[in-house]
Formats: sequence, structure tokens, C-alpha cells
Amino acid sequence: MTKSELIDILARKQNHLAYKDVELSVKTLLEQMSQALATGDRIEIRGFGSFSLHFRPPRVGRNPKTGETVSLPGKYVPHFKPGKELRERVNEPATTTGKVAAR
Amino acid sequence: MALTKADMAERLFEEVGLNKREAKELVELFFEEVRSALEAGEQVKLSGFGNFTLRDKNQRPGRNPKTGEEIPISARRVVTFRPGQKLKARVEAYAGSGPQQ
Repeated sequence: MTKSELIDILARKQNHLAYKDVELSVKTLLEQMSQALATGDRIEIRGFGSFSLHFRPPRVGRNPKTGETVSLPGKYVPHFKPGKELRERVNEPATTTGKVAAR
Repeated sequence: MALTKADMAERLFEEVGLNKREAKELVELFFEEVRSALEAGEQVKLSGFGNFTLRDKNQRPGRNPKTGEEIPISARRVVTFRPGQKLKARVEAYAGSGPQQ
């Protein structure tokens, strides 16, 4: 599913809303989420998951072309941890036993 | 402060002009549709933000950390998130005051 397919589905299900409002809403949501992470904030959506930043410490890398060493500064990368409901719903069709497994 | 669904609904109310109920419903449905697609085994690609993909993991040996007892971790399907170029670049530029967690 792509962003435009998601917009289509939402517009169909909320057909009292104008298509362009649904489109703008989805773009606004994703922009707000990106903005939060870009300013170091977490995102917490119960039943879906949480987004946070993980720190990657500085390291010495190498230019693969020249073999020259370069020192790379520390940086942050976005990280997503799926919530309980998402984990269970995604895993359910995949497992046949339905047994509760050790984490 | 962490961003929540309430903050997102508030933004749709302010910026898109949805009423409060519509805004709340749309935020709820947005996450529900992403969950449904993943539940149906479909990956979700939100350009500019990132991709939610599915990975099937084989059974592997595990251990109860409290008792030390060996218990196999069953085969399972998990969701992974791969941030897009744009989001990665924006986050990388964040010069926080040291590791967040």
C-alpha cells in the first residue's frame, strides 16, 4: 500500500470529507510526525507503536574508492517499535498454532 | 513531550479545518488502515516518511532470563520500519544534547 492508495481508502471510508481534505490530512500527519522526530521528540500511538531516535556514536569510516579514512560524526536514526496490537495482528495469520510464545 | 493522536487530531482541526470529531476519526482510521494492510501481509510505503515491511522469522532458541530455562522462540512475522531518505536526513541534522535513550 502506498501513500496515494492510503489516501484513496481513507477518502472512500470517510466520504463525507472532500478528497483534497483527506489528502491534505494525510500529508499533514506525516509532516507532523517527521517534524516531531526531526526535533528529537518521540511519537507514541497506543496499539500501533512508538517512534523514537536512536543514537549512532561517532566512528571512523573509510572511503571505499580511495581507501582514505574519514571520521564520521555521531548521528541519530529513527527507530520504530511496534505496539502490542500491531505485533499480535501481524503475527496471527502467520502462525498456525496460536500459542503464546516466550518473547 | 511525545507526539500523540490527540496532538495530530488537533493539528487537523487547526490546519485542515476538519471538525474535532472528524479529525479524531481520521487519525484513528489512518493508523488502522496501516495496521490492516500489514495484517493482510502487505507492506506500506509512505513516501518521504518510510516503509513498513514484514519479515518472517524462523523459530530460534531462547531462554527465560529469570529462570535460565531454555524455551524455543516460535516462528513469527514481525513489522520493521525503514525510514525514507528524507526523514533520515532530517533526523540526522538533529543535534540533540547527547543520546536520547
